[in-house]
Amino acid sequence: MSQKPKIKLAIYWGAACGGCCVSVLDVHEKLFDVVAAADLVFWPIALDFKYKDVEAMADDYIDVTLYNGAVRNSENEHIAKLLRKKTKILVAYGSCAHMGGIPGLGNFSDRKGIFDRAYQTSESTVNEEKIRPQTETEMAEGTLTLPEFYNDVKTLDQVVDVDYYLPGCPPQTERLVEVFMAIVTGAELPPKGSVVGALEKTLCDECEREKTDEKVIKEFKRPWEIEDDGKTCFLEQGVICMGPATRGGCGARCIKGNAPCRGCYGPSSAATDPGAKMMSAIATMIDSDDPEEIESILDQVVDPAGTFYRFSLPGSIIRKTIG
Amino acid sequence: MKQITIDPITRLEGHGKIEIFLKDSGEVENVYFQVPELRGFEKFCEGRPVEELSQIVTKICGVCPGCHHMASGKAADAVYGVEPPPTAKKLRELFYMAHFVHSHIAHFYALAAPDFVVGPDADPAKRNVLGVIEKVGVEIGTEVLKQRRIAQEIQALLGGHQTHVVMNIPGGVRKGLTKEERDDILKKGEGFVEFSKFSLKLFNDVVLQNKDYVDLILNGPYSLTLHSMGLVDENNKVNFYEGKVRVVDTVGKEHCKYAAADYRDFVEERVETWSYLKFPYLKKIGWKGFVDGQDSGVYHATPLSRLNAADGMATPLAQVEYEKMYETLGGKPVHATLAMHWARLIELLYSSERLVELASDPDITGSELRTPIINVPDEGVGIVEAQRGTLTHHYWTDNKGIVKKANIIVGTTNNNAAICMSLKKAAQGLIKKGVDVSDGILNMIEMAFRAYDPCFSCATHRLPGEMPLQVNFRDKDGKIIRTVKRD
Amino acid sequence: MEFEPKIVSFLCNWCSYTGADLAGTSRMKYASNIRVIRVMCSGRVDPTFVLKSFREGADGVLICGCHPGDCHYHEGNYKCLRRYHFLKKYMAQMGINPDRLKLAWISASEGKEFAHLADEMAETIKSLGPCKVKDEMEIFD
Repeated sequence: MSQKPKIKLAIYWGAACGGCCVSVLDVHEKLFDVVAAADLVFWPIALDFKYKDVEAMADDYIDVTLYNGAVRNSENEHIAKLLRKKTKILVAYGSCAHMGGIPGLGNFSDRKGIFDRAYQTSESTVNEEKIRPQTETEMAEGTLTLPEFYNDVKTLDQVVDVDYYLPGCPPQTERLVEVFMAIVTGAELPPKGSVVGALEKTLCDECEREKTDEKVIKEFKRPWEIEDDGKTCFLEQGVICMGPATRGGCGARCIKGNAPCRGCYGPSSAATDPGAKMMSAIATMIDSDDPEEIESILDQVVDPAGTFYRFSLPGSIIRKTIG
Repeated sequence: MKQITIDPITRLEGHGKIEIFLKDSGEVENVYFQVPELRGFEKFCEGRPVEELSQIVTKICGVCPGCHHMASGKAADAVYGVEPPPTAKKLRELFYMAHFVHSHIAHFYALAAPDFVVGPDADPAKRNVLGVIEKVGVEIGTEVLKQRRIAQEIQALLGGHQTHVVMNIPGGVRKGLTKEERDDILKKGEGFVEFSKFSLKLFNDVVLQNKDYVDLILNGPYSLTLHSMGLVDENNKVNFYEGKVRVVDTVGKEHCKYAAADYRDFVEERVETWSYLKFPYLKKIGWKGFVDGQDSGVYHATPLSRLNAADGMATPLAQVEYEKMYETLGGKPVHATLAMHWARLIELLYSSERLVELASDPDITGSELRTPIINVPDEGVGIVEAQRGTLTHHYWTDNKGIVKKANIIVGTTNNNAAICMSLKKAAQGLIKKGVDVSDGILNMIEMAFRAYDPCFSCATHRLPGEMPLQVNFRDKDGKIIRTVKRD
Repeated sequence: MEFEPKIVSFLCNWCSYTGADLAGTSRMKYASNIRVIRVMCSGRVDPTFVLKSFREGADGVLICGCHPGDCHYHEGNYKCLRRYHFLKKYMAQMGINPDRLKLAWISASEGKEFAHLADEMAETIKSLGPCKVKDEMEIFD
């Protein structure tokens, strides 16, 4: 009896934290099932295949690549392009690849701003010669190279053609397993460019907190300004929660920890700019028609750009600050 | 000059590469360890509300997010000048002990054990966790996965999100523990203690009873004589969550002991053009270059450093193991890099015992989770021990608590210079004139790096164990003249 | 060549579009920089429309609705008012001068007021210069 061939799977990270790789490991004991169905051919965090091994592969050799992490530098982009060439199905895995993620907050600044802070003005750093990392350094022994740090952060689909998006910071492991099993069992896949492993409905649908139809706010509060009762909708308690602008699928894990959602699963296909959506949603909630009162209530919403676009700045309409 | 490039470094969290320069005679001239990545957290935390930082900085690392969460939470408390109530502090430390358990188990079994249980220059196909399982029995692999899963579940229970935890809020924590949950954690904690004891016994049977390995630890090209840094409690015992940072010199004498807020009086960082990662060093000694010894400002912050810097462990079983380690290795402080693996297992036992202690404390199911905020926010520092070293978060805010500046010194960053030096020393000791740069040699160079647990180590699955390394020998024009491959 | 701003303008069907129409039928002269998009209500103006306008090259965005209390759909203009304040806060954070966005109430009979508003808006944007959003978003260096 012939056995179904294993799918060839690659997992790679751009500007990442490792959390998406952890999410793969969090299949725990089911790992043996994964390994039975897939051959891992490239995964720097865990395996020792090098870039040369990927370069030596034939085009489309890899069945599925999960690329996590944002595109912050030339190495991230170069490997994204290399993997695109060698891969049949390229998945933007996790918030960073999907929309820019937390590294995307770098788009509130630029290369000079980040370098000056990290290498010069950092209070514990002593750098009188104003040294900055260089893409090439001539040492006595030879040349040392580093990738180029781009001026802004890009999403994966801003540098290569992406087949699917699997959102989350990191994606909830059960969703990964569902998508993986669909691929392995040869189920019909959704149209190219779809978001998979997440609901079409927003988090509010999954969230178990009690909600009423009366969402009217006279005052917004910082999370530590309220005595959270553990069961009422955050927005109704005056605390900003990104639920209305965010896809469900994560199991409301932050809500279960009594923290409001910060939007890591990204927007649904109906409202693709999460900040615009939240501005609308919150505007509806404000219990005032007086311009001055409206302004003073809105002043209580601190850092709107950083809150609404926490995970999605590079993938949004206004994807970075204007110089 | 011949140049060997290892790119990328694999089996760790993060990006890295190694450049080895060989003299024409074949001996090592110099070795550079380069970190090619940077994201800019110290910049883009500016403008964010300080209470949000503890959820933003977890994304510095997906393997030790709890560490950043704790340091950040403590810094935010300091910014608001608020002290969490006892139940909250104990819940945080309880979470933190589970976090150490999961990480130390993963590192030892996937990264360290193959080199010792199977052998540093054994057949690469066997030199992985599967080879370990073959040697010690199939139950272990499943047990490793299970214990790690249990630790993760405790994290999720206390912190909501099992990876990027959300439990901290200025003044305390967001969620408490019911008596049923506490009883369950207690039982699981006792399981961790048993598993830690088992792991130490494994290490003893396989490594310490083997003269060659002991010789490798003590006399291999892996020791660096450096100052050691770690957090200690008021009795100078190891504590991961709270205390003062203590640094001892190369003979074990106290160099300094500082409270979080004073870190800048003792540690400075410098920049090189060939790495995106900065190089911390001891301020009072100053930067003397990539050298070790009593007069060098280079220090390390690792499990071994923590045990060197402390006077003992605060829990009984771990204390016995602590004494045994120093007795075996010839007294304190120990400078043998590979002893970090042993120290890590002693810490695993301590974390397990401490978890049981905290879960047994009646305060742990208390209902007072937060101290109200009344002060105007300003500035604050939070320090904890991450699994891979002392972690410092420093924030300045405006009077609304919006971050103006952030300064962060990360665990592995402390060890940047030490890692460079460890790699060079290992390469120098192993690549000699006339010696074929074989697969075994390559693996043994990597062992110098691996001991620091530079973050992630995958716990499982089919590690082919051999590091499919490709080493290119280039002549001085950069042309490849020979390739040594190990698949 | 003198800078001629592109100002995208969302006018509500019931009041402000009619008012703008009145300006036209009365042959009032006003700045031709205003490019009109008719919506049923100022409350229809999603913040996305404003952001997209800047992203696609607008130098300014003008929203007009019915006076408070006169909205054909009762609440729409109030919703617009709240979104407008929010948008300005957001724009300031992103480095876009908030004066590039304006909200005004224009009734069906206020043709003169509309013409005046258009001229004023054109002057404001001229003095601010071209909006750099489109160019900077396109730079992927």
